[in-house]
Amino acid sequence: MNGLGKGALSGVRITDLTWAWAGPFATTLLTYLGAEVIRVESQKRPDHTRTRSITTGQLFGGLDNSPIFNYMNQNKLGVSLNLSHPESVNLVKRLVCISDVIAENMRPGSVDRMGLGYPVLQKVNPSIIMLSSSARGGTGPEKTYTGYAPTFGALGGAAYLTGYAGDVPARLLGEMDLISGTAAALAVVAALNHRARTGRGQLIDLSSSEVISSLLGEAFLDYSMNQRVQTRQGNRDDIMAPHNCYPCLGKDNWVSIAVATDEEWQTLCQAMGRPDLVQEERFATCHNRWHNQEELDNIVAQWTRDKSRYQVMDLLQNCGVAAVPSFNSEDIYTDPHLNARDFWHQVEHPTLGKQLMIAPPWKMSATPARNRKGGPLMGQHNEFVLGELLGLSQSEIQRLVEEKAIY
Amino acid sequence: MSDTALKGVSVLEYANFVAGPYCARLLADLGAEVIKVEAPVNGDQSRTRGPHLQDKPHRETSGLFLYLNANKLGVTLNLSSSSGQRIFKDLASQTDILIEDNPPQTLQKLGLDYLQLKAINPRLVMTSITPFGQNGPYKNYKAYYLNSYHASLVGYFTPEVLSEEELEREPLKVGGYIGEYGVGVSAALATTAALYYQYFSGEGQQIDISKQEAILNFFGVDAARFANWQEHPCRMRQLKGLGGMLTCRDGHALVAFNEEHQWQALVKIMGNPEWALDPKYLQQAHRAEDDEKIMEGIIQWSKQHDKDEIYHIGQIEGCPIGPVLSTQEIFDSAQARAREYFMEIEHPCAGIQSYPSLPFKLSQTPSRVSRPAPIRGQHNKEVYCQRLGYSQQELIKLTQAGII
Repeated sequence: MNGLGKGALSGVRITDLTWAWAGPFATTLLTYLGAEVIRVESQKRPDHTRTRSITTGQLFGGLDNSPIFNYMNQNKLGVSLNLSHPESVNLVKRLVCISDVIAENMRPGSVDRMGLGYPVLQKVNPSIIMLSSSARGGTGPEKTYTGYAPTFGALGGAAYLTGYAGDVPARLLGEMDLISGTAAALAVVAALNHRARTGRGQLIDLSSSEVISSLLGEAFLDYSMNQRVQTRQGNRDDIMAPHNCYPCLGKDNWVSIAVATDEEWQTLCQAMGRPDLVQEERFATCHNRWHNQEELDNIVAQWTRDKSRYQVMDLLQNCGVAAVPSFNSEDIYTDPHLNARDFWHQVEHPTLGKQLMIAPPWKMSATPARNRKGGPLMGQHNEFVLGELLGLSQSEIQRLVEEKAIY
Repeated sequence: MSDTALKGVSVLEYANFVAGPYCARLLADLGAEVIKVEAPVNGDQSRTRGPHLQDKPHRETSGLFLYLNANKLGVTLNLSSSSGQRIFKDLASQTDILIEDNPPQTLQKLGLDYLQLKAINPRLVMTSITPFGQNGPYKNYKAYYLNSYHASLVGYFTPEVLSEEELEREPLKVGGYIGEYGVGVSAALATTAALYYQYFSGEGQQIDISKQEAILNFFGVDAARFANWQEHPCRMRQLKGLGGMLTCRDGHALVAFNEEHQWQALVKIMGNPEWALDPKYLQQAHRAEDDEKIMEGIIQWSKQHDKDEIYHIGQIEGCPIGPVLSTQEIFDSAQARAREYFMEIEHPCAGIQSYPSLPFKLSQTPSRVSRPAPIRGQHNKEVYCQRLGYSQQELIKLTQAGII
């Protein structure tokens, strides 16, 4: 591949009105694949990821110092348009004319009120693909409801199924957003394939809570087939045992071990220096191990407790038993395997300096997916997008800045 | 009949359990024709896993299998025989996409790796999904779904705990097989992008997906916290002053007040209790300092209400509250009904059951489910005789030889 590299979606242009996590991540995934994404935003109501981390409460100071925004918007162009100004709304329409896709995840109904709803944009560009991502979808009695990752997890059914047996459900965080964003990106690329063949655009109405429910198919089938309402069961599996995380040397260090077959069980017994257990009737079959799994958990935990996570992994993997540390943020950075797979990429950011980003989730032989650069500063590419792409003159741009349409 | 997004696209799936099959299921619902290849007799591992119809184990009634493999044609094929390998090559020569999840080098040993298949089908997009990817020191390591989840940081952060003592309890996976399903979604995205490229260039490619990396991408911000800032985040409650889990009369609900106006809306629907009126609480930083006290105060209120009640009031007043719903509650919800989210599919052994559908609606190309999950070898004749041109007698011979 040459230095520039072609992406699978090279030549696709996306106008991006998304914000927070789920929406921007969807379009960032598309930049990994080669699409050009123009992020439209304004300091009038900046994306909260520009100002603070809702995870830690940390304030970043100003609008251009956020590593979170930087990650969620890498590779994008940034243009600052104040959408409460009619001239900016018109500029977005002009961007739509030269785009293949427009993406938004504002409060349902907002784009329509701004005059940027699908019926309007379809007239502007009949082949436009519009992604509209919301908490509950664009139809139905709850179509105006809003939410964040934790409420997607709750409404989608994942929270109910996550937690220790008999204990409270878990608040699920950013992964709910990012899985939703991944599904949204899939829908966009499916629509792009259709457009390539037919020239036709369309509207994509995605519900983030439905995305989560769709990942729980077997639990819904259990309800349909057996009227059973599944609930929380920690790390337990329906068949495998042992099947849990076990404590290792150090504070809050864990290794996950899962045993599926009699052979793996016997190997584990040998590795633990407990060949006597192989003879034990109560652990002899899958069924018996499952019924005595609490006792088993204690035996395995006793063995792992004075070993390091890597020691347990190396020992067990070498004899064919599935054992992997519960990796933390430092492990992810130092782990030899991820490093051998070139998992960390460095990008430059004008104010943050060098930032490490994790690699895209796919290695593609003909069209490598890549992190190319950090996220845009507020309005960083106004000149390029408004001047070069839309053909506005310097004086027009100046006037719009003074009127706070460009803001 | 309306068009579908991936009309005319053919997919060959040689994959087990959740991630690979879900990837192919998504492509099928988007309009591709999927042929699923299973080992003779036993078939996909997911067939042995619950839930089973009436809890009676049977390879044709696993709810997991039925959900993941609806909308596909199913054939059986023994790839350890040379005839089986030849037939697989025939299938691969005619397909746009191959989805597989075998340990690295398995297909190479059978003469069916990307380079060999590319020689007979240069347009082929081959997506390989493995626990740790095709190269690197752990490439041959074994990982079941629990291990893959915990290999990917998300496990280490689950569930959120409130005290140091609670860190003595083990970290957890998210319910069900969500990590594996998520890998399937991610794989489907890369695969359809490669398909787009194939459409214009005529060129195929190989896509290497490590489950560990795919799941890590669902947690990219926290993954980089040590790398960039030497921070050691863990599952100790981090999001403070922004809401959390509430106890209700009939279960639980989550409240999220990320913005000032959302906090104000909550105070209003709680009936403006004295403690909540403190103006400093308008700022997250101050709410974070008193996080415990604030959550206790809110729970005093929420305990007296049903989760659905505070959900709707909260949404109407502008504070996002989400009830923690069970599968039954989601199934019965007015929203799911209005959006026709559940569809009925009839299967010869499992009867008519309700399945979740695609979580997005495409206005011009609605998803289409035209058949239930295949029983083992259901479409052998259709695929091998009608498409590959084997005669009825050859089919019988291949069956007797245990090849199909």
